[in-house]
Amino acid sequence: MSSAKSSAGPSAPPESAAAARKTPARRADSPMRSRAAKSSPSSIDPGSRGKILVTGAAGALSQHVIADLRERGYETVGVEFRGVADDYPDTVDYVVDFNQRPFEDVFREHDFVGIAHLGRIRFTQSTRGRRYSENVVGTTRLLRLALKYGVEKVLALSTFHVYGADARNPSLIDEEYPMRAANLMPQIVDAVELENLFNIHLYKHPELNIVILRPCVIAGPGIKNEMSRMLSQSFAPCLAGFSPLMQFIHVQDMSDAVIAAFEQNHPGVYNVAPDDYVSYQDALVMAGCRRLFLPSIPPSLARRSIRALGRLAPPDYMIDFFKYSVIIDGSLFARTFNYRPSHSLAELLGHYRSAK
Amino acid sequence: MRTRQFLKPRTVSREVDDIVNNLPMRNIGSQGYDPWGLNPDTAKITFTAVRWLYERYFRVQALGLDNVPGSGRVLIVGNHSGQLPMDGVMISFAVANRKEGARLPRSMIERWFPSVPFLGNWMNSVGGVIGDPKNCAKMLEREEALVVFPEGIRGSGKPYRLRYQLQRFGHGFMHLAMEHNTPIVPVGVVGCEETMPSLGNMKPIARMLGMPYFPLAPLVPLPARLFLNFGKPMTFVNDARNEREVEWRVEEIKDAIRDLIDVGISQRKSIF
Repeated sequence: MSSAKSSAGPSAPPESAAAARKTPARRADSPMRSRAAKSSPSSIDPGSRGKILVTGAAGALSQHVIADLRERGYETVGVEFRGVADDYPDTVDYVVDFNQRPFEDVFREHDFVGIAHLGRIRFTQSTRGRRYSENVVGTTRLLRLALKYGVEKVLALSTFHVYGADARNPSLIDEEYPMRAANLMPQIVDAVELENLFNIHLYKHPELNIVILRPCVIAGPGIKNEMSRMLSQSFAPCLAGFSPLMQFIHVQDMSDAVIAAFEQNHPGVYNVAPDDYVSYQDALVMAGCRRLFLPSIPPSLARRSIRALGRLAPPDYMIDFFKYSVIIDGSLFARTFNYRPSHSLAELLGHYRSAK
Repeated sequence: MRTRQFLKPRTVSREVDDIVNNLPMRNIGSQGYDPWGLNPDTAKITFTAVRWLYERYFRVQALGLDNVPGSGRVLIVGNHSGQLPMDGVMISFAVANRKEGARLPRSMIERWFPSVPFLGNWMNSVGGVIGDPKNCAKMLEREEALVVFPEGIRGSGKPYRLRYQLQRFGHGFMHLAMEHNTPIVPVGVVGCEETMPSLGNMKPIARMLGMPYFPLAPLVPLPARLFLNFGKPMTFVNDARNEREVEWRVEEIKDAIRDLIDVGISQRKSIF
């Protein structure tokens, strides 16, 4: 990332493209560089609005957020977990696990005014244990460091999955609704725990000005979550007799929401979703997918057929998200931050159709 | 989507098309769905069958429809009967089918319906909404009309020997009406009890199928004549000091519904 690269100084030896990726380990090999970065009074460039740590910097959303933050005069430092990608884009400055000691070096080397915690190991990316360790325990460390180094603003990206999928869910779920996923689908308990962690800090440490965003399904170019994967395929599984209502937000609109939450200080928990809806099967048709109908009853047969499809289907413990609607009410965020998404559903799903 | 596209031009008459097109649907999004799943195209296809049931099969007579306001939030509260939610469908169609102030009141459905393949999606797409207080509150905030049966399955699943005897009313609807400053229009439904007279509840089968009840009743609804009598709107100030006071207000509604049922029974010359 440009700001971090510049902080390394012109004395940095020439490096190959791969070796140019910075890690705390490499920085330890070059103490002069880190000293120079730390001692420099201009680790925040003149005219800069401050330096922001962006986690999950290899992700499509983070890339949008980093570009938008820079456009608004912020400097950014991108951090990514180890082992989530083979090749990291330019937005990644550090590849480090939050649980490990070198992570603090990132805070020592930069004077952050804010953190955009967008990085989370996805449900399908690793084991439940690793997800818990990185997403929950790692985030505890991130928050401790944020307090220690006087960060003024922390934004956390959560997910609508925390509400859980259930036949009895009301529509337009608001922020006060219980996070039932912990009970309904224990496999994704790390998402709920992550939220609880931020909620505790939200009230215990108001100086961090924590904002938690719970977006609906994020989709669009570069997004690799479960739903985006379904929409990108030629065939996508459907459970016969179920076509839950869904909400989608374009990755650029989500980036705008993150920026709005960063620039206007209204700490709290907010759903982020457009006031527009489409059924799952309609979404598949609009995205140019052929529907592959699977038996929905008995539930054990449905799970077995989902498992048989392997990577062509979502994990079987998320099956209820493809049966029951989880419609969230994004009106509080829209009102508080004067926010309105600019991409239509047709435009968003049309992207997947045109990519086929 | 494709089923709808196939069925709509083949089944929907111009009259039904006009009925649905005239309904205010301000919460519908760009893809033809509102947040509770209502889809006007599916509603048109369904209304084709409902219209036939309303006019030809059950020969519904709806009186006092003017008491349902043409706009703004309102709760239409009635007696529940007939094993199937046919009463809710007929009340909704009666209000949607009127010449002036037509609107589509949303029926509250049992919480287990969404877990039934095809049925759950279909009920949502024609205006059914699970009877959750949060759902009702959100809908009232959006100035919708709701059909509520406070008896729930106690009313719909009761045996024929208890016909036209109101079962215990939940208080949720009264709290909603008071908190959201919403008028209540009572409605007395006569005839639904005879569409599917039940001799009893076969509990083991119901348990096995995960249903709230499984009636020992005809397999299809019988063509009984239906009478819907809508009463004057009733409003309640949100100043109840305890649940006992709420209960008295619920009793006022029950009395109004009892009176309307008596009117309906007196109007009926023959059951079929």
